[in-house]
Amino acid sequence: MIYLLLFLEFFKIGLFTFGGGYAMIPLVKETVLSHHWLDEATLLDLIGVCESTPGPIAINMATFIGSINGGILGSIIATLGVVLPSYIIILLIAKFLSKFLENNYVKNALNGIKPTIIALILSTGLLMFIEVFDIQFTQTISMNYHALMIFILFVLIDHLYKKQTTRKLSALEIILISMGLGVFIYTIVPTV
Amino acid sequence: MQEEKQEKIALISKKELFFTFFKIGIITFGGGYAMISNIREELVSKKQWIKEDELIKIIAISESTPGPIAINMATFIGYKKRGVLGSILATLGVVLPSLVILYLISLFFNQFLEIKLIQYAFNGIKVGVSFLIVRAGYQMFVKMEKNPFNLIIFFLVMILMILFDFLSINFSSIFFILIAALIGIIFFSLKKGVKK
Repeated sequence: MIYLLLFLEFFKIGLFTFGGGYAMIPLVKETVLSHHWLDEATLLDLIGVCESTPGPIAINMATFIGSINGGILGSIIATLGVVLPSYIIILLIAKFLSKFLENNYVKNALNGIKPTIIALILSTGLLMFIEVFDIQFTQTISMNYHALMIFILFVLIDHLYKKQTTRKLSALEIILISMGLGVFIYTIVPTV
Repeated sequence: MQEEKQEKIALISKKELFFTFFKIGIITFGGGYAMISNIREELVSKKQWIKEDELIKIIAISESTPGPIAINMATFIGYKKRGVLGSILATLGVVLPSLVILYLISLFFNQFLEIKLIQYAFNGIKVGVSFLIVRAGYQMFVKMEKNPFNLIIFFLVMILMILFDFLSINFSSIFFILIAALIGIIFFSLKKGVKK
């Protein structure tokens, strides 16, 4: 029963995502890989799409993954699943529990959760880099040199941009620049 | 004057509530903090539905409850303005643009990826996305208060996550969150007990 599974998995993701879009990526990754809903490469493509289209990344990912695995009904059900936990919790807080966040147990639990979320995001990002660079530790260390070249050029642009404007690149700009670099590098450097 | 304003606030129609959040859903890229600045612009500066200090309170609630901040805000403001139906309409409004756009993209995604140039572009995007995620985590780490409790939890989770990945051990990040919440409750309760 794919619809029920989509609903439950995305409900779980919605329930355990504290602190915005990036915090859901570790959990989404585990979920889609364990159910074979997407492979890791497509997941990275999808995150890129979700970052460069409007709306919260959580909703975008739920809609897409739901649609790929269960058509239009799947996309609605997955989105409903990811929205429902926050909807219910906020409604309860708005209605009855305005003091909920001042509760000491809640505060202490959140104190433990915060550094955990940061570590989950950062380690997921680093592991993604290893995946993108396709680093293999066999007898010799091999890797995807195209990705490495894109990365080096990207860091250079990011650095120059920061120096020129004292502003950071926005998520959308990062996606667009890395897209351009992908086309550029793969076109001028032939794949072996 | 004050009364007039109060009346104006009470008269937000359900239609207006829906379309205001629909607009916020369309113009916000990347979610999260971009959403906050758009909501401030629309609801605090232009429409004056909520005041700045209310916005800060909603942000605090959003950050300590699960789920996308956009949904939290839409639900909260919708409920405060027009009750349960208002909360449903505002949440629906903010979700609908994403739902439609990503559904359409999902229909053509695979054909799309067969084009060589698009493949190249997406190979680049993978690098950009990894960079984005590392940057987001790094910025949160910089802002994190560097007390021993935070640092120990942070590095422990980091090391375990990477170790489990290399050893292909399945350990859901939900367990990390639950265990950390439990440790938080025990540690800070004990600390308070010692102080007393």
